[in-house]
Amino acid sequence: MIGRQRHCIALEDFSRDELELVLDLAVSMKEVLRRPIKKVPSLRGKSVVNLFFEASTRTRSSFEIAAKILSADALNWTSASSSVSKGETLIDTARNLEAMRPDVLVIRHSASGAPRLVADHVGCAVVSAGDGAHEHPSQGLLDCFTVRERLGTLEGKTLAIVGDVSHSRVARSDLHGFTKLGARVRMCGPPTMMPAGLAQLGCTVHTDLREAVEGADAVVMLRIQHERIGDPLIPNTREYSRLWGLNSKKAAEWLKPGALVLHPGPINRGVELSPEVADGPFSVILDQVQNGVAVRMAILYLLAGGDPAEARA
Amino acid sequence: MADVTIIEGGRVIDPASGTDGVRTVVLKDGLVAEVSERVERPSGATVVDARGRWVTPGFIDLHVHLREPGQEYKETVASGARAAVAGGFTSVVCMPNTKPVNDTLAVTELILARAAAAGLARVYPCGCISKGSAGEELAEYGELKAGGCVALSDDGKPVSSPALMRRALEYARAFGLPLTVHEEDLSLVGKGVMHEGAASTRLGLKGIPGQAEDVMVLRDIALVELTGGRLHISHLSSAGAVRAVREAKRRGLPVTAEVTPHHLALTDEDVAASGYSTDFKMSPPLRSAADVAACREALADGTIDCIATDHAPHSAVEKAVEFDAAMNGITGLETAFAVCLGLVRGGALTERRLVEALTASPARAFGLPGGTLARGAPADVAVLDPAAVWTFDAAATFSKSANSPWRGTQLTGRCTHTFVGGRLVHQVGGETR
Ligand SMILES: [Zn+2]
Ligand SMILES: [Zn+2]
Repeated sequence: MIGRQRHCIALEDFSRDELELVLDLAVSMKEVLRRPIKKVPSLRGKSVVNLFFEASTRTRSSFEIAAKILSADALNWTSASSSVSKGETLIDTARNLEAMRPDVLVIRHSASGAPRLVADHVGCAVVSAGDGAHEHPSQGLLDCFTVRERLGTLEGKTLAIVGDVSHSRVARSDLHGFTKLGARVRMCGPPTMMPAGLAQLGCTVHTDLREAVEGADAVVMLRIQHERIGDPLIPNTREYSRLWGLNSKKAAEWLKPGALVLHPGPINRGVELSPEVADGPFSVILDQVQNGVAVRMAILYLLAGGDPAEARA
Repeated sequence: MADVTIIEGGRVIDPASGTDGVRTVVLKDGLVAEVSERVERPSGATVVDARGRWVTPGFIDLHVHLREPGQEYKETVASGARAAVAGGFTSVVCMPNTKPVNDTLAVTELILARAAAAGLARVYPCGCISKGSAGEELAEYGELKAGGCVALSDDGKPVSSPALMRRALEYARAFGLPLTVHEEDLSLVGKGVMHEGAASTRLGLKGIPGQAEDVMVLRDIALVELTGGRLHISHLSSAGAVRAVREAKRRGLPVTAEVTPHHLALTDEDVAASGYSTDFKMSPPLRSAADVAACREALADGTIDCIATDHAPHSAVEKAVEFDAAMNGITGLETAFAVCLGLVRGGALTERRLVEALTASPARAFGLPGGTLARGAPADVAVLDPAAVWTFDAAATFSKSANSPWRGTQLTGRCTHTFVGGRLVHQVGGETR
């Protein structure tokens, strides 16, 4: 359990206390990651099934490593095509996997709401590893963790999220996580990539990159999906990178000293970020990858029945 | 003794004849014989005690899906007609998107034969606007009309081609058939699965702007002006479409419109609150609070003529899937009265206007018999208990499907007796047919 949450499906459902419970526990988990022998028996005898309907080597590996460090058994179940197209329903698939008695089911799916549907039909804990354009809660938590680790707190900070917000589950989870932890959020991108009613979700909406990033304590640059081009949301990547990409000149002139640049990866180098910024002093992108394992360890630990007090001791 | 039924002591609400008060209704030989304050009980008459209830003309639904032929596992003409009379509907117009579609006499005749065999609600088939509902060539309106079709529609799909829509409106004039149209610009709909707004953004579901409906309504009103054809807007749902219809009526164009109970009662925020429940997925989608307010106001002032359910049964198999993959549509015949009565209690609608929108207005829009309790009218009657509290239960529904946002919900207001042609075809607590 994460507070009242039996599952980890959407940060929209999390309270500030629940977010902080995961982040605090992830601090201890990161300690474990830094030991020479990265293995603790916390989840021995527990099993985690990764059910991925959409390819994502990075997220899947991160969950898999997190499970293994905690000594849980991890099983990967990958489906190239969506289960629906095979005539087998998502619920059937989930129930079949549940018959193997996992403690946690980690699910990635292209349809928004798919993890919720699964959670309503299985008895084990469900973790969303990203659903459609809805949420990617573990990514949101790792972004919160990374900012908090570097800046000490999110309270009173200003964060900018830049890119294709319409199609980004990371943007939604970040928005809920950041604002619940006390930060102000600016969303920025081409108007064609800003979804309807965005401001009603508790952020300001910008089309001018400079206006969005100037004075911000951290900037999350979203990945631009190449298939969006010709969708017709933007004319081409050249214009996009000129107007909404971050290069070293813009970073030096507009970002405040000590500001952080985050990116959920993998980066389209030269589109949303120039290589100099991605690998430069503002970038915390590699921290994000390591923190992702720590945060996922915390999530799996709590949902598989671990006691938070015990883990911290 | 002839076949006589007396309905006593109920509040008769018949907007068509201007009646509202306690009256006795006498049904004889399939017709309304008398509605008056004092009636001698003829011996041998069946007597229904309607004290504390409303007695209204049987409801007329201009828009239902009965799924036969082709998808009898979802609904048949008989099961749909049974659900209709359970909801107080004595006449239903069934959309042609069956398998095969109703673009030929054979399908029209099959539907009418099944309806006659069921002997429940009056079923009026609606023929296709285009052959195969493919949106390319006109269907044979002469044959469809001769077979018994009362309107034309490619429902489920909009008529995307303006040129075909023009010819359809023109050609249908020869047969006096209204076109009842599903208004959506498909390029604006894109891959949308719910109304576009803050709720769709939060849920990460692709949105459909209200303007996808507006632009088609505006187009078709322009084509009515060109052709003089009769246009009926199916399941109107957006504030922009309301404005367009209001303006068209002000200019005297032959345009009518219907709205569903769900578009009057629920918003896109209810989709979010349901946690991706596919019982909240329909086309057009549940819209914003502002759209709902505009539809309520338009129904109250007569801009929207009538209430139609768009009863759209689907099996659990087609609904227990990801929201993106789920079929559009919900059932509506059995819940319509209670849901709309909620609007009356909320002050959005008067009792009289509610009954009118379910009876006289739809009869007028399609030129159907019924819709009134005037002497000599068909003895189609609903007896309604506005205070009855009941739960709409998946196990007890008369439809073959139970895809409804009100499944398992407690409702207030229920039809207790339904007469079609003077015959009792539904009674709460009694299996009647
Ligand atoms: Zn329709
Ligand atoms: Zn329909």
